[in-house]
Amino acid sequence: MTDLDTLDPLVTAETWKNAGRDVAVATVIETWGSAPRQAGSHLVIDGEGNFEGSVSGGCVEGAVIAEALDVIASGTPKMLEFGVADETAWRVGLSCGGRIKVYLERLG
Amino acid sequence: MDVQALKALNAARQARRAAILATDLEDGGGRVILEGDRVDGLLGEAVAAALRTGKSSTVEADGRPYFLNVHLPPPRIVVIGAVHISQALARMAPVAGYDLTIIDPRTAFATEERFEGVDLIADWPEDVLRQRPLDAYTALAAVTHDPKIDDFAISEALRVGCFYVGALGSRKTHAKRVERLREMGRSDEEIGRIAAPIGLDIGASSPAEIALATLAQIVQAFRRRDLVSGLVSGE
Repeated sequence: MTDLDTLDPLVTAETWKNAGRDVAVATVIETWGSAPRQAGSHLVIDGEGNFEGSVSGGCVEGAVIAEALDVIASGTPKMLEFGVADETAWRVGLSCGGRIKVYLERLG
Repeated sequence: MDVQALKALNAARQARRAAILATDLEDGGGRVILEGDRVDGLLGEAVAAALRTGKSSTVEADGRPYFLNVHLPPPRIVVIGAVHISQALARMAPVAGYDLTIIDPRTAFATEERFEGVDLIADWPEDVLRQRPLDAYTALAAVTHDPKIDDFAISEALRVGCFYVGALGSRKTHAKRVERLREMGRSDEEIGRIAAPIGLDIGASSPAEIALATLAQIVQAFRRRDLVSGLVSGE
């Protein structure tokens, strides 16, 4: 009856951490326009690039995962912004037409 | 966020308690705030608003930026009575985003044929609610108007603070119910929370209309609830 299941990223993060894995948590902090995941959505990443959850419709996860490895190494949180680069990109109809801000931190 | 905060947050979610993870975006510190916790100042106001709306957002409080990530348990409705009204309510509730469970020990009423695809339990509320307890994110609608079936569930809903407690029956039926609930140990304040006769006053007459009026009243109770004091706010 609850939304907690095996695909819940925060439950995954806890399980990974308990198993001794390094974990980074990415959170959508703000959205503008038609962003696919609302503020509060999570993507969690381990030190080997395994991940669970999402912060977009699959558009920027790759970039977040790459940054996550840095954040796991340094322990310093990062604020990432993703959006449509220019007017042309918007006009050709990229599926991610919005902009999002993602907070990325290491689970300590 | 540290792992202790994550564990506290996951435990609250598992227990169907509303919680907020407040992240200080300047120093990265994370703090779990549970529904009912006292938080002072502007942050406290922002927390109360976030719990009410369920919307996660960045707020500026006491000179610092915080991201408030709100985790509300999904709201659900428990109906006591597999009656005609419940058949209509069982169809409407999912449309409005509410999970729904029907409990009725009378096997003549609680049939698969009458409630296809519905979470239906043909057993006494006393037994069912022990396994699947009510909570603050549950609305209880008691519609059998049989004291043997309704009373325990109503009393239990008031005791645990269901965000909505509605009971079908005329004013006369309700007056007798009030007496019985007092004998069961419920306070006048708790009893005063019962919506009876059930449903918003839209002149509902048919079972489907009563179901609609009830669902509207449940939505109203959920959107206007006051989580900090645990009481539903008045009109």
